[in-house]
Amino acid sequence: MKIMLVDDSKTMRSIQKSVLGQLGYSEIEEACDGQDALSKVGAFQPDLLLVDWNMPNMDGITFVKHYRQTNKTTPIIMVTTESEKSRVIEAIKAGVNNYVVKPFTPDALSQRITETLTKKAA
Amino acid sequence: MDPQYITPFIKSIQNVFSTMLRMPITINKPTIKKGASATYDVSGIIGMSGDVVGSVVLSFPKDTAQKLVTAFCGMEFPPDSPDFADAVGELVNMISGSAKGMFVDKNVSISCPSVVIGPGHHINTRSDTPCVSIPCSTSQGDLAIEIAIREAGVAAATGKAPSSTRAA
Repeated sequence: MKIMLVDDSKTMRSIQKSVLGQLGYSEIEEACDGQDALSKVGAFQPDLLLVDWNMPNMDGITFVKHYRQTNKTTPIIMVTTESEKSRVIEAIKAGVNNYVVKPFTPDALSQRITETLTKKAA
Repeated sequence: MDPQYITPFIKSIQNVFSTMLRMPITINKPTIKKGASATYDVSGIIGMSGDVVGSVVLSFPKDTAQKLVTAFCGMEFPPDSPDFADAVGELVNMISGSAKGMFVDKNVSISCPSVVIGPGHHINTRSDTPCVSIPCSTSQGDLAIEIAIREAGVAAATGKAPSSTRAA
């Protein structure tokens, strides 16, 4: 299982890596913004992406729209402080499969990851 | 400043500290901050735009910031490392982002955070926007969240200078 973390905060990527490690996932690629992610997805071919919304250069929602032009199926979880209903709807319309609002507990993130991957496998 | 913009920050900082740092935080009596001098040595700064404009600063003594970053990240970082600034930035990002989600019927965007470290730095906010400072206490030391925001419609009418940050 290959997972890509897209977040401009190294701290947040480390926290997410720790949660993924506890779930047994170790094949992880990191990207610091949407542009960086777009440049890496081709070679890495992730099975799941965790994407922040607010990032420099290219934000998460723009990245998702670009990524979905060529990949309709790989699940994406948006992990963001953006909690307004309108933002959640915008993200779902852009192609996000699940949504985690920061701050989150490790259990909440684990649950969303497991739930998303189970749904994908069904 | 309209109290409807203060309560979300109080709820948000309590939520972030309990969820991400597993640490209770005590909210003390807010005051109007005078002058541009930073309250403490480490400032995490974020801008707001859209229906509500201005800035939010999370200000810590360096020692407290180090302890809180350790609790947040699970490891120690020296204050001059990029990882330390990143963690402080992520804290103010989560507090501000979570708070703006509680604004009623407002479309607000937040900037990427900036972090200033060093004694005696200044943070200038717009002169037409009062800055409310909320002192907070934790088991690892004191900090303050400083909120200088207001509705955008008022901004257009006044045309005062935007905020800026400078080292002393």
